[in-house]
Amino acid sequence: MTSRPGFVLEVDRSTPPTLLWHGSSYRLEKFPKGTRILYPPEPQEPLVDPRGAIEDALENPVGTSQPLSTLFKKGMTLVIAFDDVSLPLPQMQAPDVRQLVIEAVLEKAAAAGVDDVYLVAALALHRRMTEGELRHALGSRVYDAFTPRKRLLQHDAEDPSNLVDLGTTDQGEVVEINKLAAEADLLIYVNINLVSMDGGHKSVATGLASYRSIRHHHNVKTMVHSRSFMDMHHSELHSSNWRMGRHIAAQGVKIFQIETTLNTDTFPKLFDFLSKREWEWTLKDRSAFIASSKSLQASPDWLSRDIMHKIRSPYKLTGITAGEVEAVHARTLNKVFSQQLVTVEGQTDILTMGLPFVGPYNVNSIMNPILVYCLALGYFFNMYVGKPLVREGGVVIISHPNKAEFDPAFHPSYIDFYEQVLTETTNPAEIESRFEESFATDPWYIHLYRNGNAYHGVHPFYMWYWGAHALDHLGGVIVLGGDPKATRRLGFQPASTMMDAIEMAKSIVGDDPSITHLHSPPLVMAEVI
Amino acid sequence: MIFEELEGKTVFITGGTGFVGTALIERILRTLPNTKIVLLIRAGRRSSSTVRFKREILKNNCFDLLRNSLGESRFEEMVADRVKIASGDVSKDNLGLSEGDVRLLGECDIAIHSAATVSFDAPLDSAVEVNLLGPSRVARAFQDASNSDPGKHFISVSTAYVAGSRRGNAPELSLLDNSLYPEVDWGKEVKAARQLRDDAELNSRNPKLLEEFQRKARREIGSAGIALLADRTEKLRKDWIRKEMVELGRARAASLGWPDAYAYSKALGEMALSSSKLSIQISIVRPSIIESSLDQPYPGWIRGFRMAEPIIISFAKGLLKEFPGVPEGVIDVIPVDLVVSAILAVAAKGPKGGGEIEHFHVASGSVNPLRYESLVDMVRSYFQEHPLYDNKGQPISLPDWSSPGRHKVQSEISRASKLFNLAEAATSLLPLRGSRLNFTKELESKKLEIDRALTYVELYGSYAECEANYLINNLDRLRGRLSKDELTAFDFDPRQVNWQDFVSTVHLPSIVEHSRVKTTPEKATVSAKRRSDRQLKDILTEEPRLVAFDLENTVVAANVVDSFAYLATRHLGGAEKVVMAASLIAEAPSLLRLDKKDRGDFLRYFYRRYENANTETLHDDSWSLLSGYLLTKAFPDALWRVREHRRLGHKTVLITGALEFVVQPLSPLFDEIVSAKMTINDDGTLTGQVPGTPPIGEARAEILSQLARKYDFSETQTIAYADGTSDLPMLERAGVAVCVNPELKLMNIARRRGWRIENWSRAHGSPSLYLPIAKVR
Repeated sequence: MTSRPGFVLEVDRSTPPTLLWHGSSYRLEKFPKGTRILYPPEPQEPLVDPRGAIEDALENPVGTSQPLSTLFKKGMTLVIAFDDVSLPLPQMQAPDVRQLVIEAVLEKAAAAGVDDVYLVAALALHRRMTEGELRHALGSRVYDAFTPRKRLLQHDAEDPSNLVDLGTTDQGEVVEINKLAAEADLLIYVNINLVSMDGGHKSVATGLASYRSIRHHHNVKTMVHSRSFMDMHHSELHSSNWRMGRHIAAQGVKIFQIETTLNTDTFPKLFDFLSKREWEWTLKDRSAFIASSKSLQASPDWLSRDIMHKIRSPYKLTGITAGEVEAVHARTLNKVFSQQLVTVEGQTDILTMGLPFVGPYNVNSIMNPILVYCLALGYFFNMYVGKPLVREGGVVIISHPNKAEFDPAFHPSYIDFYEQVLTETTNPAEIESRFEESFATDPWYIHLYRNGNAYHGVHPFYMWYWGAHALDHLGGVIVLGGDPKATRRLGFQPASTMMDAIEMAKSIVGDDPSITHLHSPPLVMAEVI
Repeated sequence: MIFEELEGKTVFITGGTGFVGTALIERILRTLPNTKIVLLIRAGRRSSSTVRFKREILKNNCFDLLRNSLGESRFEEMVADRVKIASGDVSKDNLGLSEGDVRLLGECDIAIHSAATVSFDAPLDSAVEVNLLGPSRVARAFQDASNSDPGKHFISVSTAYVAGSRRGNAPELSLLDNSLYPEVDWGKEVKAARQLRDDAELNSRNPKLLEEFQRKARREIGSAGIALLADRTEKLRKDWIRKEMVELGRARAASLGWPDAYAYSKALGEMALSSSKLSIQISIVRPSIIESSLDQPYPGWIRGFRMAEPIIISFAKGLLKEFPGVPEGVIDVIPVDLVVSAILAVAAKGPKGGGEIEHFHVASGSVNPLRYESLVDMVRSYFQEHPLYDNKGQPISLPDWSSPGRHKVQSEISRASKLFNLAEAATSLLPLRGSRLNFTKELESKKLEIDRALTYVELYGSYAECEANYLINNLDRLRGRLSKDELTAFDFDPRQVNWQDFVSTVHLPSIVEHSRVKTTPEKATVSAKRRSDRQLKDILTEEPRLVAFDLENTVVAANVVDSFAYLATRHLGGAEKVVMAASLIAEAPSLLRLDKKDRGDFLRYFYRRYENANTETLHDDSWSLLSGYLLTKAFPDALWRVREHRRLGHKTVLITGALEFVVQPLSPLFDEIVSAKMTINDDGTLTGQVPGTPPIGEARAEILSQLARKYDFSETQTIAYADGTSDLPMLERAGVAVCVNPELKLMNIARRRGWRIENWSRAHGSPSLYLPIAKVR
């Protein structure tokens, strides 16, 4: 059976209510007649023999790269960097694709007599992974072999003893990355390319960089000029990363990039209905929907959150490419687009979207209002190539409870950002100039980032910059079912029903608006023509 | 008569800091340019007589008129030229004057004695010392200082209420000449009062009573440490003595037919003065209830909160549903400027001569009576037109007046008071903290107000029921001798008062202004916010500060028990974790009891559990304790506040009874951490013993002082954050105290002292019951 492509449905009288994520629950909404609903393509068929495909990719690299086994020399230092817990979402069922790839790489290294090996989680300014998360991503065999010898490391962007300054790009951007990785005889990067933003030079240039370096592309100016950063050819963020990546290569850092793509088979059997088209729901789907939505609504927030975060996706490997970074990434992008892209004709006045319980930065944790903002305006809004799905001056309607709830261990600086910064202003440029430095250099946040499991003090700022392009572009944002106080704190308007939200949007975009709904799960990306 | 007779004279005045005294000084300075003043002022505990004169008399708005017309510098010059200060005390023999001051007194021509204990519920002994012995003592000192010069004139300001609870006409006569009064040997009264005081002192030391004071102190401030408890207990003992003496005073007064100790002691003071056989001449002025001024220095001037005001304000606030009193009864009120004019006229007229004492009533009741009923009507209609506002910005509506007897009102209020006491006792049993206790704030202030109203009704009720008629024949005769000019400046005719005008345009606006009640519909939250902002500005100042934080319930909502539970379960399997947690929960009540009794003992007992624990493992685990538990239980506002202090360049310290390795991960937050330190065995395991005094309770105050010295701060430059009464010693020692999520006892203390209260909560999102069991994330 081949998977069906995505398509645009126009709502008519016979269209059943549409499923929307609403945090750790979901709701059914009936859209006005004429609304366009963007259905993603169905999950692609996975590779039949993942281990064989991995072996094949490693030995048949693309670009100028030599087969991996020829790169190993006895006595060399090998560093294997890998994507952290922010990918994939939700975490995939064991074995994680990183485990498969790393095991294959390690076997080859061992066969070649390479024993000076380090594993480094490419955290950038993300939180350190917990033991459970590392075990899940790498498998217990790898974890137990590397941890006691202190060879399983997590990148520390604030460790002056393990950072190396590689000079600046021709645009004056500081390139400072993990010293161990930069000075290794070979740096292998194991990536998961869930969306088109990931991978390429960004893997090393951001994932293993310091705050000094990252700030050159994670800022309001770059973000406003990344249209969108899901489309690297129109993304200032990527241009900067590519300059840095090429600079890193020019400095003699030898990188062997391994990129993997997954299909969009996001939910296990029980939650099948989430990815199905509503009119194709079976009786079983209906009862599963009713049972699960009722019980989630009846549970306290923390419990339904816990339940949802325990979900492991049955993602399957659809492609793996290894070798030289740019050549690898070109192939990866094609694969990602073929899974996610849907062609849409023309922009819309109102774009609606349901936000799920998880985004890249709240795995096993709480989606706080700043992350809600970022997931909507940073990620979903940017799921386009060409031009934004919503027209300039249009409105985005987000469905999410948006409560002022925070994880104090993972997101300590977010709490202060919410209480101290957003109470003053929501303007990205003003936030950047007035507050970024004090948060970025706060010794307490640095301490928690380095020793605890906290995101770097500057991270909430990046979330805010992530949405800068959308803020610039949109005429308004409405949060359906959002906590009024928290929603207003973000600078948005709360609405209690979809009809109310659309009425409110009309005051911004005018009567008789065109409405488009981004149906998820799974992930979908619009090519607006 | 007044202008001429007082020209070039020097007047000695006692009681200058009082209501009449201040007005008297002002009037002399303003209207009699060639009259000088010698003031008797008692030196305060911290301030000299001169300082008190400047602060307590000259600063009063009574002098605004004079100060403005002269200008500040000429005013000061004039005062320096005309007023001399004698430092002394009317309750001491010879007034405790220095030789120089005795000479000063000797040079005075007239002495006006207006010093008195005006409180109606003064303890018997102090009323006797000041009011009974005062007049004759001052008179004798005046006579001795002036070598028994018979030309000297002594004027004693007494009260019309020396007439006591007797009905009908009260003439301007000596009480000794009036058969209605029993013969009282005032000497014996003095002796008895002093004896009773000694007895009360003795009785208060009864072990049973002492125990009760101690229990009460503990109930009020909790386990705040020996020193504070002792302080509090001693204060309770003194309060008890005072209460006893007040009760004895009231009983003795009632037995002789006076409404209270004030009238009784004033009456006996007159008798003592009459029988003191002095060579100087004596006059006695007896004003009735003195209220705000009719005209001078400006209409409505008043000093201090007088007897009727609290009742009126309580009524306007809706606290007092009824005014006690007899509707057709007369309430004898006299504006203060009329009293001052009368005193000066008596001074100018000179004594009667022949060693005879002349008496003057300054009262309105017999010639221009203010009926109780009409006063209540005036008050009602005034507040209907100008209502006070409650905290929500709503005008307070007034109840109807039904003229009940005093006893009915009394029982009504005391019933309310009992109810509030009950509510308070009930809340103190609840395990509430911080903002959940906000409702008690209103409870507490209502209770205070009701208690106060009750006291006033008890005390002053009899004055509203007084049916004596104070004749003013002598006063009228005196007025007849005033010249036309003097009639404009010194008219004391009570007939000139139009009560309706006086009450509604002069008196009530003045007392409303004085009582600082809400007269605008501004919401309390607005003013509370302003106050809070002000407080915060004082705390987050750019000045150098040493800031001390308590840990448990101030920075994190965790304690030594749950951090132990977390660490202990960190390496256990699922079932073992449950067993461990269950055993701790089972032990909780006994642990809590021990903690309440003595925190130090509790900690030492509990810390034994760490015996033989591996230090290295604990050190590693403490990091997971931080992100796995402590951060979840931390107050983000507290963490932010610590860093705000640091950003301002303040030194921050954490003072905690928790163990060193538990708080180690918090070290980047503070400049220094003072914690309990456990000794280590030779094999690197813990001994389970914490030698020395753990940094808790009283020890914290001392540590704060030591840290202040170490970092070169004065104690006033310190700020302390804490949550419980056990931290009281540290909070009291600090320059600024901040209570975080206080329990009821501390919250009440904090409110009374104006300490800042922070209600900090954990970040929302985690389950509210978060078990201290380590889990893998």
